[in-house]
Amino acid sequence: MADTNYDLIVLGSGPGGYVAAIRAAQLGLKTAIVERENLGGICLNWGCIPTKALLRSAEIYHYMQHAGDYGLIAQQISADIDAVVKRSRGVAKQLSQGVAFLMKKHKISVHMGEGKLASPGKLTVTNDGKTETLTAKNIIVATGARARDLPFAPADGKRIWTYRHALVPPEMPKKLLVIGSGAIGIEFASFYSDMGAEVTVVEMLDRLVPVEDADVSAFLEKQLKKQGMTIFTGAGVEELKATASGVTAKIKTKDGKTESAEFSHAIVAIGIVPNTENIGLEALGVKTTKGHIDTDAMCRTNVPGIWAIGDVTAPPWLAHKAMHESVISVEAIAGNHPHAMDPRNIPGCTYCRPQIASVGLTEAKAKELGYEVKAGTFPFIGNGKAIALGEAEGFTKTVFDAKTGELLGAHMIGAEVTELIQGYTIGKTAELVEDDFIGTVFPHPTLSETMHEGVLAAFGRPLHI
Amino acid sequence: MPIELKMPALSPTMEEGTLAKWLVKEGDEVKSGDLLAEIETDKATMEFEAIDEGVVSQILVAEGTDGVKVGTVIAVITGEGENAGAKAAPVAAAPATAAKEEAPTSQPVRAEPVEAPSSASAAEAKKDGPSTSSGQTEKGDRIKASPLAKRLAAEQGIDLKALTGTGPGGRIVKADLESAPKGAAAPAAASAPAAPAPASAAAPAAADPIPDFGIPHEDEKLSGMRKTIARRLSQSMQEAPHIYLTVDIRLDALLKLRGEFNASLESRGVKLSVNDMLIKALAVALERVPSCNVSFGGDVMRKYSRADISVAVSIPGGLITPIITDAGAKSLSKISTEMAELAGRAKEGKLKPEEYQGGTASISNMGMMGIKQFTAVINPPQAMIMAIGAGEKRPYVVDDALAIATVMSATGSFDHRAIDGADGALLMKTFKELVESPLGLVA
Repeated sequence: MADTNYDLIVLGSGPGGYVAAIRAAQLGLKTAIVERENLGGICLNWGCIPTKALLRSAEIYHYMQHAGDYGLIAQQISADIDAVVKRSRGVAKQLSQGVAFLMKKHKISVHMGEGKLASPGKLTVTNDGKTETLTAKNIIVATGARARDLPFAPADGKRIWTYRHALVPPEMPKKLLVIGSGAIGIEFASFYSDMGAEVTVVEMLDRLVPVEDADVSAFLEKQLKKQGMTIFTGAGVEELKATASGVTAKIKTKDGKTESAEFSHAIVAIGIVPNTENIGLEALGVKTTKGHIDTDAMCRTNVPGIWAIGDVTAPPWLAHKAMHESVISVEAIAGNHPHAMDPRNIPGCTYCRPQIASVGLTEAKAKELGYEVKAGTFPFIGNGKAIALGEAEGFTKTVFDAKTGELLGAHMIGAEVTELIQGYTIGKTAELVEDDFIGTVFPHPTLSETMHEGVLAAFGRPLHI
Repeated sequence: MPIELKMPALSPTMEEGTLAKWLVKEGDEVKSGDLLAEIETDKATMEFEAIDEGVVSQILVAEGTDGVKVGTVIAVITGEGENAGAKAAPVAAAPATAAKEEAPTSQPVRAEPVEAPSSASAAEAKKDGPSTSSGQTEKGDRIKASPLAKRLAAEQGIDLKALTGTGPGGRIVKADLESAPKGAAAPAAASAPAAPAPASAAAPAAADPIPDFGIPHEDEKLSGMRKTIARRLSQSMQEAPHIYLTVDIRLDALLKLRGEFNASLESRGVKLSVNDMLIKALAVALERVPSCNVSFGGDVMRKYSRADISVAVSIPGGLITPIITDAGAKSLSKISTEMAELAGRAKEGKLKPEEYQGGTASISNMGMMGIKQFTAVINPPQAMIMAIGAGEKRPYVVDDALAIATVMSATGSFDHRAIDGADGALLMKTFKELVESPLGLVA
């Protein structure tokens, strides 16, 4: 029998888990990773990556439909949802195989099966009724999370979907209800809308993408309505019933009225539930808050030797947060002194059309925290590249501390902003002040010039507006 | 050589003062440490001490004169046999160095201004800020700090060199300024964004309001320097467990050597003070006992490979500690001229931040005030300070016989987190040996 004693066991192989395993191997730790389903976890298989593949198809479809705007002729345009989904699955598969390769390359022992903490330092893996026991001084729990169901209408995969069903739809929805306007909800709304569905979005809070700056929410709502979506904010779905031909929903709108509406399908994207059940946490006394495991800045739980990272812990629930935590925790396990992550320096991206990207505090939050704020917005219409692209809808907004010149937050909506936000993130992480941004030469013509102008705008001196 | 005594700047903000009272008259012989005059500012009355020997040949400003501008020549001292009338080339900084090491309240503190706009010293620091915030010290040691940390430090007069960076590669980041009350200036101010309350109102050293017993009084607002002093000294006493080690040191050999030096250095215009020699002795002792030349950093011990000595210089608004960098490697005459120059500018409030921020250990001398022995508060993040008492003739046992010797008591305060008693004792022993056999200082 193989040696089952390791320096580190990672439970879960999502972007947190597999990166943890790689970093551990790099640091010379004998490492095992335990996965019950697909290497790469949700992100690669059922999340970030396959949705980006779908959205890319939708984007191209959108361009094809607007070929005339660019002086091009495209006729008899149509979409094959099955082929689109097939491409997306292919991308996911390629990446999952890539993870398997990375595990092999780093000599990480992969154990497929259901992992369960038996005691500190001991983990059992059950597969097909067979159980093996692995031991390690340190165990990282990276089991992730899953979609939260509506309590009165659990997803059935036929008419009522979670993200997971929406990634492999049994058919193209004609009239889609999206419940929840976080990143997941809005991305699917955008995808299916661009693919030709009639989409309605219901958001409980008073604006779309509620974690974003209010200006971004307002802009997005306008854009989505222009694209033909129906938006309800401050509204709730009180009843959702699957029928043979679709779903019926009772929507309580902002003014307190209840409307009944028929849809072909509904996507429930109202948040996530951490995967903390049946992995032995309770027996070991690992502390949780609202189901999510409590950790310190180095990702330690309250039980020595047990660590936790990613969606199973506190928000934000983002793959890159999990990856960063994986490195922090492994470095700490290896006896190094990693730097704790500042949540305000974690960017967030939503790949709807137009894209949204942000980092740090919103203007409202900054004010609420007592900052004296200097904020400014620069519209894409003032940017040559955006106009040349035919994508002049959007803006870049920055929020600075008026007293210190610290960049508190940056909020972008528009073409390719998800690729741009890293510039602000680097600056924010390095604690650059406004002079540094203003003194930076941004290449022309690029969308990134809006980042320069966004800073100038905050200080009352934008050039191209 | 006649020496012009100039109106001293008794605080960084002082521009003029009142010559309240002369304590000497023309023709009096004075020696270093003698009180010459009392000078009043709007805040306090300070005694003005001599650092030079000679005869008061001329008193140029009568006592009771108001509004005497800083730098005005108020008296002339001549050496024996010199002609007071011969107007010699002014010796720069001489008057200002009076009272230098012999600080009445010698608790050394980096006197960074805390409050920004109101005080001239703050403006000074801000003006000087860029030189430190550019990340370069005069010695070219790079301070790794984020642009935001540099800006905050410059604005709040925080000494970046005193901080331990927790960012990538030891970079000093904003959080280090906020979290570390060991930072030189008001940490409350650093976290001001999160706390809209007026930052400067945060008491530097928490103190309850003073009860009013109906005694006639006046409350004077604390200066930034006073707040910094209060906070840092409270912090030091609260955080650093102090141990005190005292030795009696015979000074006769050192005094003799000093006399010989001064005789030979006179032509160069250099006059060593006892303190100059003690600065050197402390630096050499620290080099020989490196376990005392350290800073306690929580999870690291910083071991310095050079002894930079902060020298407490009293100024009425508080106190400042100009630094003799690498004092162990400098000649006594160099230390003496540097010290005179630094102390002079300290009085004028014209030190650059890098000239008083830093240092690896401190020395404080109250001997001139006749203090026999005292204990000093460590100047964080340093881990030791040497408190020098008065050199005085004492009955002394030499070769089993009672004799008279000039003896001083020196007391080292050590941060016991960083320095063990035995190491501290070894430093004191080494210091004593160097002073008692002072040729080691020039070897």
